[in-house]
Amino acid sequence: MRRVVVVGGGPAGMAAAKAAASCGVEVVLIDAAPKLGGQYHRQDARESGDRFKLPDGVEHLAESVVWAIEPILEGHRVHVRTGPADGPDRTGRAIETRALVLATGAYDWTPPFPGWDLPGVYTAGAAQAMAKGQGVAVGERVIVAGTGPFLLPVATSLIDAGSRVSAILEANDPVAGFAARPGGALAGWTKAGELAQYGAALARHDVPLRRRCAVIAALGEDRVEAVLAARLDEDWNPVPHTMRRFEVDAVAVGFGFTPQLESAVAARCEIEGGFVAVNAAQGTSVPGVFAAGELTGIGGADLAAAEGAVAGAAAAKRLGAKVRAPIGAMRRARVGRRFAAALAEAYPVRPGWRGWLRDGTIVCRCEEVAYGEIRHAVEDLDVGGARSLKLATRAGLGLCQGRICGRNVAELASLPDAADAFARRPVAVPVRLGELAEDVPVDEAP
Amino acid sequence: MGRIESADVVVIGAGIIGAACAEALSAAGVRVIVVDRGAPASATTASGEGNVLVSDKEPGPQLELAVASRRRWPVLLDELRELIGPRLASVEWEVKGGLAVATTAEAVGPLAALTAAQRASGVEVEDLDADRARELEPHLTEQITAVSHFPDDAQLQPVLATAALLAALRARGGEIHSGVTVDGIATDRSGAVVGARTGADAIPCRAVVNACGPWAGHFSATIGAPIDVLPRRGMVLVTAPLPRFVGRKVYDAGYVDAVASPEADLRTSAVVESTAAGTVLIGSSRRRTAFDDDLDVAVLRCLARGAIGLFPKLAGVPVMRAYGGFRPYTPDRLPVIGEDPRMPGLWHATGHEGAGIGLAAATGRLLADLFTGREPVVDPGPFRVDRPEIALEA
Repeated sequence: MRRVVVVGGGPAGMAAAKAAASCGVEVVLIDAAPKLGGQYHRQDARESGDRFKLPDGVEHLAESVVWAIEPILEGHRVHVRTGPADGPDRTGRAIETRALVLATGAYDWTPPFPGWDLPGVYTAGAAQAMAKGQGVAVGERVIVAGTGPFLLPVATSLIDAGSRVSAILEANDPVAGFAARPGGALAGWTKAGELAQYGAALARHDVPLRRRCAVIAALGEDRVEAVLAARLDEDWNPVPHTMRRFEVDAVAVGFGFTPQLESAVAARCEIEGGFVAVNAAQGTSVPGVFAAGELTGIGGADLAAAEGAVAGAAAAKRLGAKVRAPIGAMRRARVGRRFAAALAEAYPVRPGWRGWLRDGTIVCRCEEVAYGEIRHAVEDLDVGGARSLKLATRAGLGLCQGRICGRNVAELASLPDAADAFARRPVAVPVRLGELAEDVPVDEAP
Repeated sequence: MGRIESADVVVIGAGIIGAACAEALSAAGVRVIVVDRGAPASATTASGEGNVLVSDKEPGPQLELAVASRRRWPVLLDELRELIGPRLASVEWEVKGGLAVATTAEAVGPLAALTAAQRASGVEVEDLDADRARELEPHLTEQITAVSHFPDDAQLQPVLATAALLAALRARGGEIHSGVTVDGIATDRSGAVVGARTGADAIPCRAVVNACGPWAGHFSATIGAPIDVLPRRGMVLVTAPLPRFVGRKVYDAGYVDAVASPEADLRTSAVVESTAAGTVLIGSSRRRTAFDDDLDVAVLRCLARGAIGLFPKLAGVPVMRAYGGFRPYTPDRLPVIGEDPRMPGLWHATGHEGAGIGLAAATGRLLADLFTGREPVVDPGPFRVDRPEIALEA
């Protein structure tokens, strides 16, 4: 029996499962959501049925979380709990494999700014998920701010859900960025059509798109009542005397994505520049562990699917299956990476966002740690390591375990290992003590 | 970074032991530089629960050092407050007390014998019946066979404590250099220490203190004066914050046994306590594994079972995270504190295993006493470097 375990059911994970299954190996796909598709294809939970179908030979473990990855001889033991996260009856299982594909994706990232912890401030991803997944509009008058092409579909989803979008504030000047790298932009020409559609939809609703602008503060007592926006210079410092107030009841902020690294860090994969380092076959630094999708670089669904197909084939090959080289997928992945590089260049994050913060600005929302406390720890207490900084300030120690604030805390404190400093979590997601105490069935490595 | 100027003493390792030694030396007027290859308090110290305990030590030199340290900590914290102000000196010091709980008939005898011996050594111990124990800790198991209460057990936040000690050092003109690795010792013709080498450079000094914690054995071997200090791995589980679940440090009476155990294979015994933030910390495991920090789910399972054994209600509580660390372990389970007769000017302060936070105050004091020729705070004999269990052949 040969078994590939795929973690993540988004475009990359689904493609990996299909590719591996087509090579004749058994596949277990583990995903936290009730339905396939991941964040990108987020399926409406209210509709019955699943838009996606995986081939026979793929066991789909829905509503399943990987809470630990344990190294064993020549492979890994993947510890899974299955069932609704808040329910008392999750079942436990451990699955051993010699070929593990990690496709855990990314979540959206936003820098903190004064008032970002007010009710009514949403990440762009959350606002879109509510609009697309549940048909709920986050507000009546909404401003969309941040950077990246993702802001456009978020704005259109909000309009579809019934919001009035006051403006889209794009912190970069992407036209200039793309002009500097025409090759990369050309590589993504298929995307251009998609973006044009969003652009047309927004124009129909008179939504202005302002470049080099950002929401630098949200105002309100118990919830957002207005935001302050400013023009930004090249480093994202607010340009004096350009402050403008927008009366809104919700804000959707998205500054790009940050990869969900816990599984990769637990499996000991090498991280480079914030992403899992992979070779042309999507192999990580750890033999038998492959990574695909946003985990290896932010590049969108098409690139993720291409990488997933390559990773699935490579994983099957590792188990001794006869595999035809996935040349098409490898080519799509190469092209996709060029486009991703162009995107990254056109929509960078500039250091000026640090200047938007005040000492009282909350950085870690779970533990309510303000920027001033982090500065105190770094400047007065000389605290430097990630773990000691967490203990000295409590930043990143709350329920989200630094998923939201980790990167911000690390950057504000100039930690050397910023990318994975907060991703080292032997228990990756909350597990009840009673569940930990249980003996669980183990699917042993063949 | 520019060249580091000279000092009387270079302390290697900015964990709590190095910081406590540096603080105590500087208080005695010695010029000290602390160097660490990483950031201060970022390894073993940051993995500690912050225990300042007298309850978990068997009578003997270790208990004597623990009692001296428990006495020293509040005095030291007062001195720090005076010197650097209350904000920098705030270390979440709390005298919370400890409860040793026996849950089997077999555990009653050993617990009684231990507490009798501790009492004879001057430790305050109070025997409680099950009802009184559950008055103190309402969520305790029904399966209690014996309980002892140690009112003097205390806790502090080790990272903040280290930062405060280093701030005091700085206030007295000392220096801390992060990201500096000492890779050798410079000696004169007589073999005495004259400097700490950092790559091509050397920091001139007349003494160095090896406060490298679990890495102290490795460091001592590289400089040609090996001592037998090895890493012993520990894991701690941390739950989501709970409203007032447990007030004291509560542990299975088998804990002392596990602490004292020399075996390399896994030892776990339940230790349950709350932090200021409301999270519950669940320990403790001990396993000698070199520096292998791979996850072992079997260890987590043992910890979970032990904690539920003491507090059945914990079964439904989510564990938010787990973390592991290495403790500096010695074969005779006593710390090493003193000058190395093989290399005049080389001092060691390490080998405290899981008790380094609690023992730091007296360790720093003892080292400074010996360095300056003062009357030592405790008998230094049992901790000397040239005892046969510790000093290895070069």
